[in-house]
Amino acid sequence: VSVTSVDTDYDELTITLIADFDAPIDRVWELWSDPRKLERWWGPPSYPATVEKHDLSPGGEVVYLMTGPEGDMHYGVWRVTAVGSPTSLEFTDAFADQDGTPIADMPVSEVSVRLTERDGGTRMEMRSKFESREDLEKWLSTGTLEGQQQAVSQMDALLAG
Amino acid sequence: MVVDVPLADEAVDELFRALADPTRRDILRRCSAGEPSVSRLAQEYPMSFAAVQKHVAVLERAGLVTKERRGREQLVRTDAGAVGRARQALDELEATWRGRVDRMSDLLAQGTERAKSSTTRGAG
Repeated sequence: VSVTSVDTDYDELTITLIADFDAPIDRVWELWSDPRKLERWWGPPSYPATVEKHDLSPGGEVVYLMTGPEGDMHYGVWRVTAVGSPTSLEFTDAFADQDGTPIADMPVSEVSVRLTERDGGTRMEMRSKFESREDLEKWLSTGTLEGQQQAVSQMDALLAG
Repeated sequence: MVVDVPLADEAVDELFRALADPTRRDILRRCSAGEPSVSRLAQEYPMSFAAVQKHVAVLERAGLVTKERRGREQLVRTDAGAVGRARQALDELEATWRGRVDRMSDLLAQGTERAKSSTTRGAG
């Protein structure tokens, strides 16, 4: 409901999403900067996230763990490249081992977030980019927990219609 | 003698028949995320190997998957090119972020409710 627009560029392998929240910038920023808040939205309900390390400064890392319905554990790590509290954040998001070390040969995406004030609320612009089609394909075969659920429900809707 | 058969409609029927079953949709989902063998798929469902094989055959007839023999295994994959897969990945990435934004929005609303209820005076 909050998503205002999504622009998917299949050539640049980039998604740009704009969302408008009915809350001031500081509160939206807290969703990123407070690890206890971050873990409440980063993972889908069936793969809740636990944030184990959270250093939102340039060069810092955020290490998180997502636990699946069968107790399967998936680690990920952000490498923070730029922070401008409370309005901007850039990081790379990679699959990791349990020490938070990125796993070689696994897909990495670059994420940038911008928050701006708009009509008393906050506009969030999020851009996620993959380096290569190969990265995308690998991501598809490993990390598409939420998308698949959605894809299946869309199929259901199609069939019901 | 020319028999005018609306082939396209038949193909569409086949497609919808294939997709109408939840097990087949689940098989399709697994195949789009990798290339499982028929025997590995069979382990995922509380039904016989033969029953799973039949589901795969229905998907194959509908053109949704192809089978390829590799060694002693039969691998099942969705019949889409690399471009289609990249497209699918981006669509799923989009779905991931839509889900995240929905949860962010819920969290922000919860915070607002609490703030409101603590300052509420009277009804309304």
